[in-house]
Amino acid sequence: MAIIKIKRPQLTLADKLYLPAVIKGLWITLGHAIRSMRGKTHGAAQFNSSGLGVTMQYPETKWDDQLPDYYRGVPALVTDEQERERCVSCQLCEFICPPKAITIIPDEIESDDPWAKVEKRPKEFEIDMTRCIYCGMCEEVCPEQAIYLRQDYAMTGLSRAEMVNDKERLYEIGGVRTGLVNKWNELK
Amino acid sequence: MSDTDTQQLPKDIAAAKGLVNVQIDGHWIQVPRGTRMIEACKLAEKEVPHYCYHPKLSSPGNCRMCLVQMGMPPRPAPGQDPVYDADGYQAIGWMPRPVIACSNTVGENMGIRTQGELVQKCREGVMEFLLINHPLDCPICDQAGECRLQEFSVEHGKGESRFKEDKVKKPKNVKIGPRIRLDDERCIMCSRCIRFMDEVADEPVLGFTERGTHTTVGVFPGRELTNNYGLNTVDLCPVGALTSNDFRFQMRTWFLKETDSIDTNCGTGANTTIWTRGNKIFRVTPRQNDDVNSCWMPDSHRLNYVCPTDDDRLTAPLIKVDNVHEETCWENALEAAADALKQFTPGEIAIIASGRQTNEELFMMRALAAELGIESLAIVAREEASDDMLISADRNPNTTGAKLILQDSEVAATLATFREGVYSGDIKAVFVASEDLLSEAGFSADDLEALELLISIHTSANATAQASDIVLPGAGSAEKRGSMVNVAGRLQKLNAACLPPADARSDWEIIRDLVLALSGESAEQAPQTIDALFQIIATSIPEFDGKSLASLGDLGETITETGVTIPLLERENQRKARGEIVG
Amino acid sequence: MDHATLIFLISTAVKIIVFTFVLTLPIIAYSTYAERRVSSIIQDRVGPNRVGIPLTLFGGKKDIPFCGLLQPLADGLKGLLKEDLVPGHVRKFFFWIAPALAAAPAFLALCVIPFGSSISLFGEDIKLVIADIDAGPLFVFAIASLSVYGITIAGWASNNKYSFLGGVRSCAQMISYEIALGLSVIPVLMVFGQLNLSDIVQAQADGGWTLLPLWNEHGSVLDAAYWANSGEQWLLLIPLTISFVIFTTSIFAETNRMPFDLPECETELVGGYHTEYSSMKFALFFLGEYAAMIVGSAVIVTLFLGGWSAGFGLDSAISNIAWGSFKPGGLIHLAIFLAKVIAFVIFFIWVRWTVPRFRYDQLMKLGWVVFFELALVNIFITAGIIMLLN
Repeated sequence: MAIIKIKRPQLTLADKLYLPAVIKGLWITLGHAIRSMRGKTHGAAQFNSSGLGVTMQYPETKWDDQLPDYYRGVPALVTDEQERERCVSCQLCEFICPPKAITIIPDEIESDDPWAKVEKRPKEFEIDMTRCIYCGMCEEVCPEQAIYLRQDYAMTGLSRAEMVNDKERLYEIGGVRTGLVNKWNELK
Repeated sequence: MSDTDTQQLPKDIAAAKGLVNVQIDGHWIQVPRGTRMIEACKLAEKEVPHYCYHPKLSSPGNCRMCLVQMGMPPRPAPGQDPVYDADGYQAIGWMPRPVIACSNTVGENMGIRTQGELVQKCREGVMEFLLINHPLDCPICDQAGECRLQEFSVEHGKGESRFKEDKVKKPKNVKIGPRIRLDDERCIMCSRCIRFMDEVADEPVLGFTERGTHTTVGVFPGRELTNNYGLNTVDLCPVGALTSNDFRFQMRTWFLKETDSIDTNCGTGANTTIWTRGNKIFRVTPRQNDDVNSCWMPDSHRLNYVCPTDDDRLTAPLIKVDNVHEETCWENALEAAADALKQFTPGEIAIIASGRQTNEELFMMRALAAELGIESLAIVAREEASDDMLISADRNPNTTGAKLILQDSEVAATLATFREGVYSGDIKAVFVASEDLLSEAGFSADDLEALELLISIHTSANATAQASDIVLPGAGSAEKRGSMVNVAGRLQKLNAACLPPADARSDWEIIRDLVLALSGESAEQAPQTIDALFQIIATSIPEFDGKSLASLGDLGETITETGVTIPLLERENQRKARGEIVG
Repeated sequence: MDHATLIFLISTAVKIIVFTFVLTLPIIAYSTYAERRVSSIIQDRVGPNRVGIPLTLFGGKKDIPFCGLLQPLADGLKGLLKEDLVPGHVRKFFFWIAPALAAAPAFLALCVIPFGSSISLFGEDIKLVIADIDAGPLFVFAIASLSVYGITIAGWASNNKYSFLGGVRSCAQMISYEIALGLSVIPVLMVFGQLNLSDIVQAQADGGWTLLPLWNEHGSVLDAAYWANSGEQWLLLIPLTISFVIFTTSIFAETNRMPFDLPECETELVGGYHTEYSSMKFALFFLGEYAAMIVGSAVIVTLFLGGWSAGFGLDSAISNIAWGSFKPGGLIHLAIFLAKVIAFVIFFIWVRWTVPRFRYDQLMKLGWVVFFELALVNIFITAGIIMLLN
């Protein structure tokens, strides 16, 4: 069997005394502190820092224009170019949602509706933002390209009820998304 | 083989027992002569995918999904003796082309392959054909999650479509009956629904029209699928072509919890599965029990259930103060009920039980009668004509149980005495459970008005509850555990699929606590669980001897002979005897 | 009651109130703020910079942030308003008394610390020390080691294995380092030959700080007379420096500060002895820790860094400043003393955010095998030097 014997490093007297290492450490932290106070922290400019450290001062400075495309913010429902609500309430997102934030009550589309052949749509679609963990599973599981995580991240409310996004609000956040697969065309 | 004379060949051993030897995927098993190959594979625990085959229906063999490879020993040339290997079997000559397993029967020394390249290719091909015109609408299709087409296309399909042409358009969302919607594009022409309506429901209204890829299932012109057993075709449909209006687009099946229970609409006690999510019942489907309901269930019964989320459910004990019902707590309600009942002599009180109560509840009703010193209880009889299928003439689910528990073979007769007593004013107080006195029981509103005290246990706010002085909210049949005995004397189990709404409780607990309130005994002396209560029943009623609620299987056990038969089962057994179905 | 007693009583009461509540408590509060700000600038962060005057609450357009200087007030308010959870499984009486036991000793030890020289008011000389006793360092050690009871009792009363381990660790650590602490201060006391802290500081003001012997009664470094008479001081600097290092390190251990904060070691013990504590009870532990840190700094400053002394022979000049009968020199000394203490507190913080936590066996080894022996030998070295010079 392969037993590898590792030799412990031989410590010099300075190492054993420990004090030089402490002083070195103090020197390093002092260097950081001084740079920080002079507003010259490494990377401060890159992060739009206010000068002290690299921290971005949130409400005053925001990073919205630098958010990557894959940023996972508030989940929302989208409509397509034909103004059709894409969700058919298959409830897969409700099923996959790890914190059970999504509640859907399905509904049948009336026969006089131009999209009657889609047959099904959500009557109620609620996402409880106090529960949502922004994991993006709903977007990933959606077979209809109907739910997307948007770039919004500042969800606030004064009550729990306010933090529940209903269907209307979800479509308002989601807006129109173009270029999606049109699977409910004439030929289907 | 040298010792053929001294040792019997496997075929002879099997033949002596009426069996044949079959090799399935390399393993030899013995199955009864005449068994279908698909059933033999099931015995060997090898799954053969299929759509059209159903053991309770005839086998037309039109889906071709059950193709397997079959082989027999080659026929010996004249004068040549069969050659047996060391184990006493003949070598199998495999046929180059597959056969369907659902309508071929097994033979001696037959070989079946349910796996292998040929079978796999066949399944892939059949799946591809079935999927050619099948729409890709699984996200909206109610069958998704319990769809055989989904399951088998995952297991045996190619995974992608080579079909570039346009799919055939067929009628969608067709109303073929008051309770059923048909989507022809999803149909895979298995004809199970057609055969069910023809063979079991005996009302052939469904059939195929058109030919080839345009084949369409539909109702006969001018007819509708109104039969009371029509919803069984929805259960039979392996895809989402037939959907029930009641369950359509209500909930995806993967959210639903299945609870095995029994139907309480008639004495047959059809075995059911209750599908719930949270505390809401979404559908009730039949569960196979070849001694009770086969695989079927009448529509009128499956759509008639009490759900905890119903609007008219009673949610708290009510006491009538100045002609208005006021909500109260259980302690107050039971205390008030006990105090009120103590004001009357035993002769002035009538206890009306119900054939809709479980054995356990009836037993507690008996204990209540004993505590009050009353000799007899009445139940309300519900006799209507049988439909000569599954619906029994006795519309009480537990009349047989009531006779056993109350030890009175004429339980329904006492009701007339009570009625007269109320009419004449001899009976001043009535305790009634699970019965609306103003309907089948034959009481009038004036009778109830004349009573000094009316205490009732109900699930919903009916007329009797309105008239009652004290109303105790009970549990619906889907909310309680317990047992019932069906018309044929079979002890069957109810399981709780959901919880009673708000403050409502299981009826047996209500009656137990009322008995305790009357006797003033401590709660420890009464049974704490329904299992413990059943244990007491088992020791005091001879028919229940040795039974327990936990060990009672989901299919029940016959505990008494009543001589009543179930017409649909009789016919099914005849067809089975004639070899029309597997059964 | 005669005049002097009355003045003594009044002045003592005023000193207690001023030193404890007007000086030390705000320093404690602001050392928590300093801890957060210093740690953040060391780690390239910002730290609390928002809590100021919330003008927007009263209809203003903008808050005045004050660089977050009101943060300690907000923290204190929060501590008072938060729900006080007492778990069901704790021993109530001890659970309640432990935070007080942890916080009180640190404040008690303040009474022997000379905050300044003295001020003359209405012809009365008032020493800026609450209790000018002749056993200063001993009193400090006796009282400061009491705070271990708070921590041990907290750990035990919480009825929780992590808290209990925290309490046990604290106890063991305190006993181990108490010895090194006591032994390391002996050389200082030998050099000064007395135990009265006011007099020790006065001696440093006159004859050079323990660690900075740049002047003596013969003058400062600029004078030739100093160089002719400073050999003794420079020779004694060797053992005194060793004393200083051991004493300072032991104070770190005594106050449960990083790198010796094993009683509340989060990675091993959840929260250590205060795992079960919340709201103001938790805040009291916090307060106690910082109070101990300030007392520790004050003792170090007093013994090694000249206490309230400005040094370089300036002290007598400061003492002699007079406006009529009022001599405010003591107040200037007070400011010098506080400046030194605050600087040392910042050193405490600086070390905390630099040095990682010790392993428990390393901690014990350092205490028993290194410091104990070193401090013991150091006493003999000092004694030898003093004997040699005499």
